[in-house]
Amino acid sequence: MAEEKGNGQGKTKMLDELEKGPWPSFVREIKKAATTSPVGADLLGLLEQSYEEKRTHWKHGGIVGVLGYGGGVIGRYSDMPEKFPNVAHFHTMRINHPSGWFYTSDALRTLCDIWERHGSGLTNMHGSTGDIIFLGTKTAELEPTFKELTEAGFDLGGSGSDMRTPSCCVGQARCEWACYDTMALCNDLTQNYQDELHRPGFPYKFKIKCSGCPNDCVASVARSDLSVIGTWKDDIQQDDAAVAEYAAAGLNVQKDVCDHCPTRCMDWDGKKLTINNRECVRCMHCINVMPKALRPGKEKGATLLIGAKAPILQGALLSSVLIPFVPAAELFDTIKELLSRIWDFWGEYGKNRERVGELIQRMGMPAFLDAIGLDPVPQMVSAPRDNPYIFFQAKEAKQ
Amino acid sequence: MGTPAATPPKRITDIGPPHFEKFLHPVIKKNYGQWKFHETLAPGVLCHVSETGERIYTVRAASPRLLSIQTIRLFADLADKYARGFLRFTSRNNVEFLLDDPAKIEPLKQELRAAGFPVGGTNNAISNIVHTQGWIHCHSSATDASGIVKCVMDALCDQFTEEKLPAKLRIALACCLNMCGAVHCSDIAILGIHRRPPKIQHDSLKRVCEIPTLISSCPTGAIRTATVDGKQSVEVIEEQCMFCGNCYTVCPAMPLSDPENDGLSIWVGGKVSNARSAPKFSKLAIPFLPNNPPRWPEVVDAVVNIVNVYAQNAKKFERMGEWIERVGWPKFFELTGIEFTRYHIDDFKNAGLTFARSAHIRF
Repeated sequence: MAEEKGNGQGKTKMLDELEKGPWPSFVREIKKAATTSPVGADLLGLLEQSYEEKRTHWKHGGIVGVLGYGGGVIGRYSDMPEKFPNVAHFHTMRINHPSGWFYTSDALRTLCDIWERHGSGLTNMHGSTGDIIFLGTKTAELEPTFKELTEAGFDLGGSGSDMRTPSCCVGQARCEWACYDTMALCNDLTQNYQDELHRPGFPYKFKIKCSGCPNDCVASVARSDLSVIGTWKDDIQQDDAAVAEYAAAGLNVQKDVCDHCPTRCMDWDGKKLTINNRECVRCMHCINVMPKALRPGKEKGATLLIGAKAPILQGALLSSVLIPFVPAAELFDTIKELLSRIWDFWGEYGKNRERVGELIQRMGMPAFLDAIGLDPVPQMVSAPRDNPYIFFQAKEAKQ
Repeated sequence: MGTPAATPPKRITDIGPPHFEKFLHPVIKKNYGQWKFHETLAPGVLCHVSETGERIYTVRAASPRLLSIQTIRLFADLADKYARGFLRFTSRNNVEFLLDDPAKIEPLKQELRAAGFPVGGTNNAISNIVHTQGWIHCHSSATDASGIVKCVMDALCDQFTEEKLPAKLRIALACCLNMCGAVHCSDIAILGIHRRPPKIQHDSLKRVCEIPTLISSCPTGAIRTATVDGKQSVEVIEEQCMFCGNCYTVCPAMPLSDPENDGLSIWVGGKVSNARSAPKFSKLAIPFLPNNPPRWPEVVDAVVNIVNVYAQNAKKFERMGEWIERVGWPKFFELTGIEFTRYHIDDFKNAGLTFARSAHIRF
């Protein structure tokens, strides 16, 4: 992208204020990128103007992409193309990240080299959904970037009404609490649904996030249409000697562990910790406090929850329980089967820009369960309904 | 590619991401699924111990998320020097170097700090602020994202490099209520808001938008057809508009940015973890703060105040929302000095769920 220097250089009085202070500065990052691309200088100029005027200078997106894909590129144009020609187009490319966001230095350098040749040299590591974000290029550079990315083994993520790149926590790669192989599941799902990722065919977006335990480090319960949260069915693994070591080292087992248990299912007599595992809700507090002494049980798997989303359109939703426990070994097949039924129903009844959680709100969870062939179980609710307006079905009436 | 081809080379598509396995440190590959426990050696430094006795050390550093290729190459060089070339990023945009030699922890930390990347973000610290694009890239933003994050974390950097809070504290920022990244379950959420209805561009509306789609996009039914100066267009019933911007998403002729009326709101007490209490939404603390670039002092002061009041009053292990639920919302407003207004009382769908439905009154 060898072009003339833009008009932004040296005129960023407000942005320069953001190079001060101990936290790493994004303005410094843009200035670094400006050493290898003319985009940086014009981006600074445009952004400085936004800071002065307190408004965005980006226009409503345009439809751009790579051949054969409907998603993965966010078209973006500025409203001042004459003043800042190098950011007249400033399209974003979303790239499927490797599960768990693991890299080698060489893999990162490969990505950097591609982006130096074809774009602004600015990235997000990573975007909110988890993708590698290449921030800012021109329409003509999309295909060449895509070609080099795929030759290097990378591919685009999703955007618009399609499946978005699934993401997961670090899982069994570096965490003793992971109740299933989050990275393998995330990778398998991403690979299995490449078509759904790249070619929008849904009523709206669909996100899957895989957390290995109820600590939910990828916030799946808040932001994924299908949340996969690791859990266990049997007893917490307990090492009494290690509990005693924590106590000897000064941990107040009664106050710091037992008193915070949401179901008060733990007793500490000063020597031995007794857990009534049948009353445990698997919240993780005791395990978090004593990682050397307590661990999730051995019968591992995950809880599947459905329907989280941010406020747009009808209000924010947290996911709610769909299947309380799926054994780890059955997760991939169960999710595949479940998704095909969910997507069939959503595809048929979902309105334009209606997330699956909102469809369930509109049509009712019981109707949704009927449609996907799941039996109701008490783990799905915090309490049974408290209103008597029951939609009894005619088929149950005596004729 | 060197050889003359009669047909163009096959276009590679739908290959997905590279398999993670080839990016795993040998110690991680060997001990995958066999981790036994972990301990924190210092803020930002973790040691995971395997059933085999092998150890992997993690050094976590802050990043502004918006990274130049120059900084990524710096991280790659540091990974080569200290971590056999292996590194990862976290769900909150921190960078983590994976070391098998504990002797290399201190030199790496020093080099990271010298390069301007604080080490920390673990356990009872404030980790990195997850955030959206703001004026860097977004058309619907009510504010910038990276700038506010920078200012807030400049003020709270010590809370990143130390673990001295009652529990972990997670801050998130979204530059409009589309909430890319879903900030609505954070201990503190900073949310850009619009406060004026869309400024309808009647001249272009019919040309660039489908009017039925536009009308049905409004969650409160505030948009109806209208003829303006002889042109087919729409009008917005102002008192029904809650400034969500969904109409602008489906129709570019409905921009609602307004420099003097756009600004920030602050929400508190959300969490996603199941530890102790169930996941919960953040609740409104401050309905409006002005957009005041480049340093947003009002927002920084508000967040720092909430963090300080929480740090001084919450009990060990209590997340923000758990503390507030224990002491009650009146106490939260009293201790923080934040004014309670009509905007704090919900009037959208299911509003009654947040009303006080008992005589358990706190004064």
